[in-house]
Amino acid sequence: MDLTPIFLSLKLACVTTLILFVIGLPIAYWLSGRSSIPKLIIEAIITMPLVLPPSVLGFYLLLAFSPKNALGEWLQEHFNIHLVFSFEGLILASVIYSLPFMVSPVKSAFIHLPTSIREASYTMGKSKFETLWHVLLPNIKSSLLTAAVLTFAHTLGEFGVVLMIGGNIPGATKVASIAIYDSVESMDYANANYYSLILFSITFVIVLTVFILNRKSAKSPLE
Amino acid sequence: MIEINIKKRVRIYNGTNLIQVKASFHHRHITQIIGPSGSGKTTLLKIIAGLIKPEEGKITVNENVWLDTKANRNLEPQKRSIGFVFQDYALFPNMTVIEHLQYGSNDAQYIDRLIAIGRLDAFRTHKPKHLSGGQQQRLAILRALSTKPSLLLMDEPFSALDNVLKKDVMTDLKTLFDELKITCLVVTHHPLETEGFAEYSFLV
Repeated sequence: MDLTPIFLSLKLACVTTLILFVIGLPIAYWLSGRSSIPKLIIEAIITMPLVLPPSVLGFYLLLAFSPKNALGEWLQEHFNIHLVFSFEGLILASVIYSLPFMVSPVKSAFIHLPTSIREASYTMGKSKFETLWHVLLPNIKSSLLTAAVLTFAHTLGEFGVVLMIGGNIPGATKVASIAIYDSVESMDYANANYYSLILFSITFVIVLTVFILNRKSAKSPLE
Repeated sequence: MIEINIKKRVRIYNGTNLIQVKASFHHRHITQIIGPSGSGKTTLLKIIAGLIKPEEGKITVNENVWLDTKANRNLEPQKRSIGFVFQDYALFPNMTVIEHLQYGSNDAQYIDRLIAIGRLDAFRTHKPKHLSGGQQQRLAILRALSTKPSLLLMDEPFSALDNVLKKDVMTDLKTLFDELKITCLVVTHHPLETEGFAEYSFLV
């Protein structure tokens, strides 16, 4: 059995989670502040992948990044970047697709912290960044873990977006979910079963770990 | 002298309520601010701290203008050199007693002294959830003092302390205030709670 699709899926999930951790935290922190119309619009856009069929998102990303269209052509000409049918394209699509899984739990956690603890930090002369780093983030650790795991697991199970933007190129874009579909298409049920079992086991272990780690610090392990 | 002249409209369940305060507080003294629940005592403290901005007003502390809505000046809370004891304590759940104080000061000797004032020596490594209500309240007072503020704002700071402990803590605090030249405004809904502590009173 070729394990490349499994490693490719794990690599994609790791890179996506890492990128989303870096860009998702500031976005969640910003969104948790005073509400405004621009914020609501941006939050609606970020949340769209939760309800939008993955194939719709994949289709528009495919059009946007195609070298036949303006953005894709510009990226190719100026930076020599080919996002369609490449691993880099998969990462970008996954980051967009999994963004709400990182942002929503973290934003919710920031909102549920009592305002007085950040005020207490400010009255001690601490800046917003110091307060975020020393007070706010340590007190939402369980939500950060949940968000990271949800993002990782969600990326691991992506299919529609991945198929649209990446296709099925062995060693490059053929991730585990595509390999399962490919095996079933070619009636190779044994192979499909191997990939499925591995994905099932990895996901189960990850979710169980979150439940164990969060069992004391949150009301619900997926909080 | 602390000069305050502010107007703030606050939302209440059936509309809005106008809080209007014009007062002068003595420098390096303890003044209690008395008033019934909902009269705006906490809001006043938060306005002085810079945590709430009034619609109109001016706050001057020893000739320094902290707030002047006409001149569009509002000094950040971080730059006011204040300590704030919150009514709900607002302790940091992730920090132990000693970490709360180290967050405000690097002076180990001073931290030891604060811990002695709060009678928290046996609880240095305890987090807030492992402290009683009275211990949490004392920690909130010590944390506010950890930065050696020039103005200490206290919101119902002794409500969870028994009378004997309260008197001892108050005596130690007054000594510390004298040494560090701290001005203190303490909000209470019950004047007896700060009996023997405050030197002046102000009614909201």
